[in-house]
Amino acid sequence: MAEFEPGSLPDLLPLYYRRVFPFGPFGRWLRYGDVSKNYFQRREFSFTLHDDIYVRYQSFNTPQELEKEIQKTCPYKIDIGAVYSHRPIQHNTVHMGAFHAQEKELVFDIDMTDYDDVRRCCSSAEICSKCWTLMTIAIRIIDRALVEDFGIKHRLWVYSGRRGVHCWVCDDFVRKWSTTLRSAAVEYLTLVKGGEETIKKVTLADSIHPFVRESLNVVEEYFEEYALVGQDILGNKDSYDKVLALVPETVRETLQKEFCKKRDSVQRWELLKNKTEKLNKVRWEIMLQYCFPRLDINVSKGINHLLKSPFSVHPKTGRISVPIDLRKLDDFDPFAVPTISQLCCELDKTGNDQGEEEQKDGVPESPRRNRGYKKTSLAPYVKVFEQFLEEMDKSQKREHPKANDIQMDF
Amino acid sequence: MQFSGRRKLLRLAGDRRGEVYPHSLQFYLQPPTENISLAEFENFAVDRLKLLKVVENLGVSYVKNSPNYVQKLEAELRKLKFPYRALIEDDYDARRKDHISHFILRLAYCQSEDLRRWFIQQEMDLFRYRFHQLNDQLVGKFLEYVNLAYDAIDATEKTSITDKLVNSTPGFIDKKVGEMVFYKVPFCDAVDLVRVRRVYFHGGYAYVPHQDIISIVLNNYRTQLSKALALTARSLPIVQADERLQPLLSHLSHAYVGPDYNVQKNTGKISLEQIDALSVKSFPLCMRQLHKSLRDNHHLRHGGRMQYGLFLKGIGLTLEQALQFWKSEFIKGKIDADKFDKGYAYSIRHNYGKEGKRTDYTPFSCMKIILSNPPGQGDYHGCPFRHSDPELLKQKLQAYKIPSAGISQILDLVKGVHYQLACQKYFELTHNVDDIGWSLNHPNQYFIESQQLLSGIKEIKKEQRQPENSQPKQSSQKSINTAATATTTTTTTTCSSLNTMEEMELEGLDDCFTED
Repeated sequence: MAEFEPGSLPDLLPLYYRRVFPFGPFGRWLRYGDVSKNYFQRREFSFTLHDDIYVRYQSFNTPQELEKEIQKTCPYKIDIGAVYSHRPIQHNTVHMGAFHAQEKELVFDIDMTDYDDVRRCCSSAEICSKCWTLMTIAIRIIDRALVEDFGIKHRLWVYSGRRGVHCWVCDDFVRKWSTTLRSAAVEYLTLVKGGEETIKKVTLADSIHPFVRESLNVVEEYFEEYALVGQDILGNKDSYDKVLALVPETVRETLQKEFCKKRDSVQRWELLKNKTEKLNKVRWEIMLQYCFPRLDINVSKGINHLLKSPFSVHPKTGRISVPIDLRKLDDFDPFAVPTISQLCCELDKTGNDQGEEEQKDGVPESPRRNRGYKKTSLAPYVKVFEQFLEEMDKSQKREHPKANDIQMDF
Repeated sequence: MQFSGRRKLLRLAGDRRGEVYPHSLQFYLQPPTENISLAEFENFAVDRLKLLKVVENLGVSYVKNSPNYVQKLEAELRKLKFPYRALIEDDYDARRKDHISHFILRLAYCQSEDLRRWFIQQEMDLFRYRFHQLNDQLVGKFLEYVNLAYDAIDATEKTSITDKLVNSTPGFIDKKVGEMVFYKVPFCDAVDLVRVRRVYFHGGYAYVPHQDIISIVLNNYRTQLSKALALTARSLPIVQADERLQPLLSHLSHAYVGPDYNVQKNTGKISLEQIDALSVKSFPLCMRQLHKSLRDNHHLRHGGRMQYGLFLKGIGLTLEQALQFWKSEFIKGKIDADKFDKGYAYSIRHNYGKEGKRTDYTPFSCMKIILSNPPGQGDYHGCPFRHSDPELLKQKLQAYKIPSAGISQILDLVKGVHYQLACQKYFELTHNVDDIGWSLNHPNQYFIESQQLLSGIKEIKKEQRQPENSQPKQSSQKSINTAATATTTTTTTTCSSLNTMEEMELEGLDDCFTED
């Protein structure tokens, strides 16, 4: 397998954008069945070119135009922004106050860095299979709430390419949400609060809200395997002192004395469980502080906030930002996600019969369309993306049986 | 509101009056369209301002909607001839005054974020009081009138989710759920309840008990008012061109909000070398904390850069100094000069109004620091009295050589959620004064006062002077401060109204990108 070298990006990107990037489904997604006038045309794209040059407020008339531009400039990173009142490319030509962000997917950004105080295996941008469970838990908790509590249907969960996951909530009504509503939703989904100056970051109320209950159910499934065995959070004095700082003083001293007599985290947790039999909340708060998702509110709140596009390459790791199949969430392995070098390599191997193939399934009106991914290990991920799009199509047809009429109303 | 002379409608005939204002409280959806004299315009505005002022003061002194509060507010409404009782039949004049005066103050209070925040807060409290005065029948009629009548869930559904309803609503008991009416309210109409996770949510609906319907109404009212103020602000230049109104409006809006500490006389008078020493002597704890963590980690995350950067701007750092200051520190860490210029310099210039929307951002007030954008993992911003564990705060104060008696006083204030008073106590202890004689509502005010005291410009115990650039009205500094202190002690509704105001977005580059 080809190792990724950041230096090789300029050589690989042209090939990736020409042959692999799934522009077809990608364009279909952002057109949203042309729900309202110029919906795609008013969408902001932003490119990061070599040397960290940001180019904001790009917009395109058609997905094909976007494709052409991307193939021409070969951006290191592609970000997707909001749908604006005017075409972003013309943002300087309209009156200052008039140009404003109108709609965007509700997005969530969960970043492993934010768990540094409760991870023992890695820190900052590093991840490993041990701490990845945190992302699995996060996705399950947030996704359940989105569907069951908020009544949301269309969520696209994407691996960011390095140390976290993104979620794109695409339902029509959600894309119209105000900043206030977005931040309220994030606050609803937040239990861990406080910065470097706070030790106890989770405090539960006396009555346990159904959302908290459901979240605890998820955490309980993973806690022993992940926190006690994997992270070994009660493994030595340093780490169990951090946990003991969260329990009431009355219990703390006894536990401190008896912890050293126990062999491992599992036994110590058992002891803690016994000593806090009547204080369920104490245990729950610890479990949540160590496992509950930590969302970055600023990413979700701003309608104009940019977020890295699915299928964009992570410039540091070379991994593709791929959709995650929720049905196989527990099996998702970030290290198995293909890198751009790997994909290009795979393409080379099948390169010989390429020309022939392309003729076979070439669609006349879009001769440039990439089909190369089908022969690479990106294929299953594109499939997940296409399934997501199909579900959206179905809803669209149900809710707007005459999409064309609606277009005119805007 | 129109000021042209084309209005036909002068006074409505008696029988039509009821139709214009069918309720004693209103959402103020339609601006008044009649001609009024300048004198009346001014009187209405001043009376409304008096009223909101009373609302503000009462909210500090009494529990909102407690008997004392209600009684005092009613007396004030009666005195100023605003509608005070829901059931009075011919209340046209009072309702008209209520209507017109509200719209006049909108003009005066739409101009800045702080003004809007103050105005919305008081208007919300006033509205809440009035809503509580309605009886059930009038509540129903009003909800219908403003299109907020929701369907109640039926008994079968209620039984099937009883335990969820009970657990979602603090202080609820099973058997009460049976008698209680629950409404099914769409998610987007229940923002405040979403935010605090106060009711049961399922399938995009909030299950709101009758007692909480006020939250839905207020939420709706605030959204509309907030939007309306933003729109009003856009058309303000036209109004300001009217030389009869401009002085009045500007007088009205300056009456109750303190200085914003943006433009200082001392710009450029502080050298970068002084900052370390100043941070110990004259910075409030929040800024001292930020400064220290910047020096220790050679980095601050976005929230910290905003809070600290604008503070430094307020104490007099020029843009060039600020760029140099941040750069010299960041390049000691993981960021190289090139990356700094590309990633961070933009947002510093942005703070100084040199990029993006070119808004000249003002330093954060205590209220803003305490209520908005709480610190998360890796963050050092926020208010140390609000956002620290008491134990850590105590250790920090000990390290700063605060006497233990003083520390326990501070911790008591923190416990009572008087964060600004706690900070004030910290000032007194670090400056060796018994009573500073002013009340603290802004980190830059802290700095200025400290500097004046240390340089001997000001003898604090002799007189209770206002800070340097405070506005003429003697009472106003005090009053806005008590408001700020009170706001921090009130509940989530305050918090959310603030968040609504946060809709003002920054468009700095590093605001918009996500690192991963």
